[in-house]
Parts: sequence; C-alpha cells; structure tokens
Amino acid sequence: MQVRTGVCGGARQPEASHPNRYRRRASPVRLHATGLRVSEVAAMVVFALLIINKAGGLIFNRTFAPGLQKLDSNDYLILAGTFHGIHAISRTISPAPPVQPLPGNRRPPTTGIESMESSHFRLTCFQTPTGVKFLLFTSPEQPNTDAVVRRCYEIYGEFVMKNPFYSLEMPVRVEKFDRALGAYLVRP
Amino acid sequence: MPAATTTTAAPPPPPLDFKNSDTIPVLPPSKHQPSLRYPSSGSHRKTIYDRSLSRPPSATSLPAFAYLFNTLITYHHAKSGSVSDIETRLNRAGYPIGVKMLDLLLYRQAAAAPGGFGGAGKSGASGARPTRLLELLQFVHGTLWRGLFGRQADALEQSTTKKNEYMIVDNEPVVNTYVTIPREMSQLNCAAFVAGVVEGVCDAAGFGTEGVSAHWAEGEEMWPGKTIFLLRFREEVMEREEGLKAGGGGG
Repeated sequence: MQVRTGVCGGARQPEASHPNRYRRRASPVRLHATGLRVSEVAAMVVFALLIINKAGGLIFNRTFAPGLQKLDSNDYLILAGTFHGIHAISRTISPAPPVQPLPGNRRPPTTGIESMESSHFRLTCFQTPTGVKFLLFTSPEQPNTDAVVRRCYEIYGEFVMKNPFYSLEMPVRVEKFDRALGAYLVRP
Repeated sequence: MPAATTTTAAPPPPPLDFKNSDTIPVLPPSKHQPSLRYPSSGSHRKTIYDRSLSRPPSATSLPAFAYLFNTLITYHHAKSGSVSDIETRLNRAGYPIGVKMLDLLLYRQAAAAPGGFGGAGKSGASGARPTRLLELLQFVHGTLWRGLFGRQADALEQSTTKKNEYMIVDNEPVVNTYVTIPREMSQLNCAAFVAGVVEGVCDAAGFGTEGVSAHWAEGEEMWPGKTIFLLRFREEVMEREEGLKAGGGGG
C-alpha cells in the first residue's frame, strides 16, 4: 500500500522533485480495506464516492460500478469515521520535513493523506477549504483521479450548496445531485 | 506655564481613543447612509439608471441569481408554516416584477419596432398592450419568457374541461436549476415565483386572474422538472372576450 500526503499551497510538482512529498512502500495489501472487490469489474472504473463532513460523519455514499461487495450502512459510517481520524493524525504526524514559514506567517497546514493505493483499488481524498472530504474509490488504473474528484466537488457545489433546502453538515439527500453525479460517473 | 497647558489640551481626543479612561465613550450617531450605491463622481462606471431602457442587458449570472433566489426561498421557508404558504409568499414576491415587466417589455418592443413609438401595427410588435386573451397568452409565452429566461416557454395549452383555464408549460424552469425539493414537501414548486410574475403581467394588462399557480407535471421521465403554470382567468374577463369575439375581432 502506498500512502501519499502533501503540504498545502504551491503548485503540484512531480513527486520525485518535491521535498515535502514522500512515498512509502509497504508490502502489498491483499486485504480489501474497503470491502470493494474488483472481480467482475472492468479495469478503469470509479467504484464509489463518499463525502465526510468536517466532524467526521458520513453525509453521502454511493457506488457506481456493478459487482461490488455490499457493505451495510454501519460499515460505511465506521469507514468514514476511521478515515477521518487517520487523516487528522496524518496531518500532524508526518515524516516530511516541516516547511519553513515566511517570517510572520503561520506554518502552512499539511493536507494529510491525499491518496492511498493497493493492488485492488486507489483511494483519492480531496479536502475542501471548509473541511469536507471527498473520498473517491477507483481502480488503480483509473487516470486523472484528481480531476474526477474535483469535478465531483463542483457538482456538489452546484446542486447541494446552492440548494435552499439543504442544511449544512447533514446527510445529502438531493435528487439533482444524484442525477448529475450519475450522469458523470456511471458508464452506460 | 498655564498658557502652555491650555494650548496642548486644545485638540479634542479622537473619539475611539479610550485607553486612559474606565468608561467606553458612546459614539455619536452615524450619519444616515442612503442604501442606494452610486459610484463616486469621476468614475466611468455606469449605474442601472444610466443604462438604456430599450436595450436589454446582456446575460446575467445564473449562480448570482441562484444565490438571491436561494436566500428568498430560505427566508420564506423560515417564515411560513405550510407548503401553500411558501408558494403564496413566493407568488407575492414575483407579482411586482410582472407588473413592471409588462411595461418594460412593451416599451422595448416599441423601441425596437421599425416604426418607432408611433407604430400602429396590430399585434405585439408595436408596443401596444395586448387586449385580446390570445395575444396576452402569446405575449407571456413568447415575449415575457424570452425577456426573463432567454427562450420561449415550451407549450401553451387550453384546459379541456374549463374554458377559463390556460396552461403554460416549461420543461425546465430556470429558477429551479439548483433547487431540489425535499421529499416531505414534494408538492412545493418554487416556480411559484414565476407564476407570480405571470400573474402580475396578466393583472397589469387588465386580465384579472383568480390566481396563477405552478404545478409539477407528473409521470414525466424525460423532463423531471417539467412545470405547468395554470392561469385561471376571472369570469368577467371571459365575458368580455366573448363580447369582443362576437363584435367582430376586437372592433
């Protein structure tokens, strides 16, 4: 499993040259950490999207590919809460050398885990400036997961945040969001 | 020596400087600020009052409108107890817009017509107020929708059961672009705001209505947001229309 974390601010650079980015290679994980199985699914797919609010509660989850292992809603809540905790830890405890802040400025906050890879899936985490986290589970071959997760954020901004009947931090039950997300991520 | 102290004490302390006193001074009441923003003189920015009335402004930002509309809905939602109450309030919010839109659109039509303001054409383009029911309905269906949303409404129908009821159909109302109704008030249609605009236009044109309401079209797969605006005209309007028809086409 590979875990990638990063530091806020500045343009993205190739990993090899970026001093604040590190890759750790552990023994390949055979266990399905997410319960997602790839047996009958095509190689390049988006499996699932989870949205976690800033308190660590799961506010949205949806799967997009057929043939995935079923998780019950309690497991999803545990997964969201656990990831929220690990993400928070990874922001403070990190082997990356600290960035020297400009005089008078605070140290830029680290972003925590950005992606996690195993032989079966890749988890891309995108955190918005307000602390909402988007977790995108894809197959390891799926390219441009950053762009995909950002597009999901845009759709969230359009149909959830602009919806007068949505109350912040609460579970997302917005039909137009579901429809737009389906149109974007479900392969016909 | 005393003279020197009086001269140094002469300038009054700045109003917010209360470092050396225990009591916080009360600020003098601020001067009344007019709420209308007007750019400072010398700048070349134009206000809405400097623009030509006859030229419609180019496209308006949809997200900006969505933000305002969102706030409007949230406000009325918080103030009202039932779904019909919210719809009535949204309808009332749209009504004054309709009254003004009739005048504005007719003025623009007249200015754009080749004959200018004196044009004596019969239908629409001259800037004359619609006097027949069908003219009014086409004005709402075409001109009003184009003026507000940049396109025509999708259909104009007459009710088969009641002859004073007409329906204007919009497959995807612009105002509902970002609005999703929660399940517990699925009857609510926020296009009631547009219904209010239509009601304002009808009333201002002299066609009194018993109310214009917005309803969801049910069982629609292709257009999940399809909305029907139901216009119910008053009896006297229908009687007048009958009389005009009998009298030979509005003579």
